Amino acid sequence: MSTLTKFSPIPYTGPAPTNREPYVPAEASKMDARGAEIASKVGGLAQETGQDLPTFVVEKERIVDVLRSLKNDLQFTLPLECFGVDYPDRAKRFDVVYQLYSIANNERVRLKVRVGENENIPSSAPVYQGLDWYEREVFDMYGVKFDGHPNLRRILTHENFQGHALRKDYDPAQRWLLTEEGVAKIIPKIDPRFEREESDSDYERVTLNLGPSHPATHGTLRVVVTLDGEKIVGADTEIGYLHRCFEKMSETHSYQQVIPFTDRLNYCSAIINNVGYCMTVEKLLGIKAPERADYVRLVLSELMRIGDHLICIGTNLVDMGALTNFWYLFQPREEMYGLIEACCGARLLPSYLRIGGLAVDVPPNFLQLTQNLVSSMPRYLNDVDKLVRTNRIFRDRVEGVGPISAQDAIDYGFTGPCLRACGVPYDVRKASPYLGYDTYDFDVPIADGGDTYARYLVRMEEMRQSLRILQQAIDRGLPSGPVMVDNPYVALPPKEKVYNEMESLIYHFKLIMHGIQPPVGETYFQVEGGNGELGFYIVSDGTKNPYRVRARPPCFSIYQAFAKMITGQTIPDAIAALGSLNIIAGELDR
Amino acid sequence: MPVQKIDHPESIIPRKRAAAPGQIAEKGLITLPGESEREVEDLAGATYLTTKLDQVVNWARGNSLWPLPFGTACCAIEFMSMVSSHYDIARFGAEVVRFSPRQADLMIVAGTIVDKIAPVLKKIYDQMPEPKYVIAMGACATSGGFYRAYHVVQGIDEIIPVDIWVPGCPPTPDGLMYGILKLKEKIERGEIRRG
Repeated sequence: MSTLTKFSPIPYTGPAPTNREPYVPAEASKMDARGAEIASKVGGLAQETGQDLPTFVVEKERIVDVLRSLKNDLQFTLPLECFGVDYPDRAKRFDVVYQLYSIANNERVRLKVRVGENENIPSSAPVYQGLDWYEREVFDMYGVKFDGHPNLRRILTHENFQGHALRKDYDPAQRWLLTEEGVAKIIPKIDPRFEREESDSDYERVTLNLGPSHPATHGTLRVVVTLDGEKIVGADTEIGYLHRCFEKMSETHSYQQVIPFTDRLNYCSAIINNVGYCMTVEKLLGIKAPERADYVRLVLSELMRIGDHLICIGTNLVDMGALTNFWYLFQPREEMYGLIEACCGARLLPSYLRIGGLAVDVPPNFLQLTQNLVSSMPRYLNDVDKLVRTNRIFRDRVEGVGPISAQDAIDYGFTGPCLRACGVPYDVRKASPYLGYDTYDFDVPIADGGDTYARYLVRMEEMRQSLRILQQAIDRGLPSGPVMVDNPYVALPPKEKVYNEMESLIYHFKLIMHGIQPPVGETYFQVEGGNGELGFYIVSDGTKNPYRVRARPPCFSIYQAFAKMITGQTIPDAIAALGSLNIIAGELDR
Repeated sequence: MPVQKIDHPESIIPRKRAAAPGQIAEKGLITLPGESEREVEDLAGATYLTTKLDQVVNWARGNSLWPLPFGTACCAIEFMSMVSSHYDIARFGAEVVRFSPRQADLMIVAGTIVDKIAPVLKKIYDQMPEPKYVIAMGACATSGGFYRAYHVVQGIDEIIPVDIWVPGCPPTPDGLMYGILKLKEKIERGEIRRG
C-alpha cells in the first residue's frame, strides 16, 4: 500500500533563515530606551544597542566603580553571574560579562569588559561577595587574572590542569592526569570571630575533611573544616569533582544535540533544564512552541519541581537519621517517573523537549495520569509533614541551623527556595512569567530566618503550590493541536513525508546535516529551576553549533556561601544545612 | 633414592576430577536431596576441601553483597531509587549500603568520574578489603559516555578493575538490579579471582 503523493506544497510560508543574519530581539527598542536612562545616571557606560537586555561596554579600570554605583544607586543588588566569552580574532579577545538583577525594580542589566590576552582586570568581589567564585571560574576557564582577588586559583579543573579549557584554541579532548601527589592540601582560614579564642579553648584544633566521598555530601562535594572541640571555626569548600565540561561540549555539538547535556545539569529536575535551554534557543530563533507543547512543558516542569523538592527533603531527612521519610517520599517520585516514561520512554533524564516543541506527543491518558498523581500526592506530603514538623528531634536539628540573612543571601546571588527562605519573594515564574505562568493562580511561599527549618517549610509549601498549578492546568484541559512548530528550518518533517516528498526530504537532509542555524547574536533567558534561577546565555555565530552556551547555575551561588553559613556551628549542623540547600553537583560543576 | 613403600595404600583418597565452573553451583550444595550427605563427606577429603569451602563461601557472598555507592551524578539518583521502597534491592540481599569502604565488598560506581576525583576513587577502592567487586553503572563510568571531554575519565577501567558493566544513561533501577544479579551469578560460579 503506497500512499505516495507526488507534489504537495509545503504549507510553511515564512522566510527562510539565511546564515549570518543579525539577531534582533523583540524587546530591543524598549531595552535600548531603558539602557539610555541607566547610562545617563551612571558614568562610564558605553551602551550596546539592539540587545535583549540593557547592555553596556565598560572600561576595565572603571568596572568596580560602575558595579558599585549600579548596586547602590540603581538597586542592582543581586549579582546573577560573571562569565567569559572568547573571540580569538579580536585584539582584546575576551569578553568578561556581568549580569545583575534588581529585585526592587525587576530588571536586569548586562555589562561587558573587554580584555586582552595578558591583561588583568580589577576584582569586583569587594562589591558583590557572590562574584568571588565566578571570577575564579573565569580565571580557570579563560586565564583572565583578577587583581585584588582574595583567592584566585583554579576552581573547576584539577590542580595539574594546564591551559584554559574554554579558550577557543583549547582541544576539547585534551586531558591532564591528576595523581594523588598532585592533590592540593586545603587548610581553611580561621574565621576572625574565633581567632583569639585558641588559647582560651581546652581543645586542640583539628582539621577534618568531609568528602568528596561522604554519605552526606550529595554527589561530590568537599568541605574542609577546622574544629575547636565540636565548633567549626573555619571552613573551606572545594568543588569541581563533577566538572564534565558542559560548556565546552555544547560548543562542539549542534543546537539539538545540546539538549541531553542540559538534562544532566540538575538531574533531579531534568525537564526544567530542557525548558530553559529550548526556550532560550527559541527566543534566539524568534519562534514560539505551540500551545499544546507549552502546556505539557508547564505540567512536566511543575511535576519535576515536586520531584526535586521530594528528593531534597527526603535525603535531608536521611542525613538526620529519619530514614522512613526517604522511603516514603520516593514512592510518589516513582509514580511521577511512570508518567514521564509514558510520555517519552525515559525516566530520570528524558530529553523530552526539542527546540520548537516536544519530541513526541503525550499519551492519550496524559491528563488522567496527571490527575492520579495530583490526587495522591497530598497524602504523602501531609504524612511526612506530620511526622517531622512536630518532631522534637527534627526541630532541634534544624531550627537556627545554617542561617543566612536576607542581605547576605542577595549579595551572594541566592535565588529560588533558599532565597525565599530568607523572606525575599523572588520567583522567576512571577517576576518574568513564561509558559503562561501569569495565567495561573499560585502563591510564592516565603519564610523567615533563612535557616534549615525555613528552607524545609518553603520547599514543602512550594510543592503544594505546584499541585495547585497542576490542578488548574488539568481543569483547563489539554489544548489541541501539534506539539512541534510548523517551521521546516527547526522541526524535522514527519517520516512519511520524508519518504514521499522531495521538499520534505531536502528539509530533513538540511536539518540533519546543517542543523538549526539561528541568527547571529546573543541572548539570555531564565526559568525557575528547582534551586533557583536557571538561565542560559547563548551566543550564536550563525553556524549549526552554538558559539557559546553559558548555564547560570543557581547552586553555584548558594554553595559559595556554605562555608560562611556553617562557621560557628557543629558538624551535625553542617550536614543538616548542606542537605537543605539541595546542592546538585551536576549543576554546580557543570 | 629408593622408592618409599606406602604401608596402607587405601588411606590415600583418589583426587576427583574438578567440576566445570558453574556445574556444582547450579546444582547447589544443599538443595539437592541425597546430594548433601555426599558433599559433606567429600568435604572431609583432604585434597579438595578448599574448593568446596569456596563454593559455600561464594554462595554466601553472592547473596549478601554490601554495596558502597560511589555515587557522583545522575546514576546515583537511580541507585537511590533501586534501594528505596519501590524497587527494593533487599529482595536480593544487597540492601546494606555502606559508605565506609572498610565495610563494603561491592563498589557501585554510579556517575561520571572526572580527572579531579579519579585519585579519590582509586584510594577508596584500595581501602576496600578483599574480595571486592566493582560495578560500573551507566555510560559515563563505563566509557565516559558522551562526555568525550578534557576533564572526564574515559571509563573507570583506566583506574580500577571492573566486573560488571551496566549500560544506560542512566540505567533504570531494574537494569542495575540485573547487573547485581549477574555479579551474584559470577561470584557463585567462582569466576572472580583476584588478590
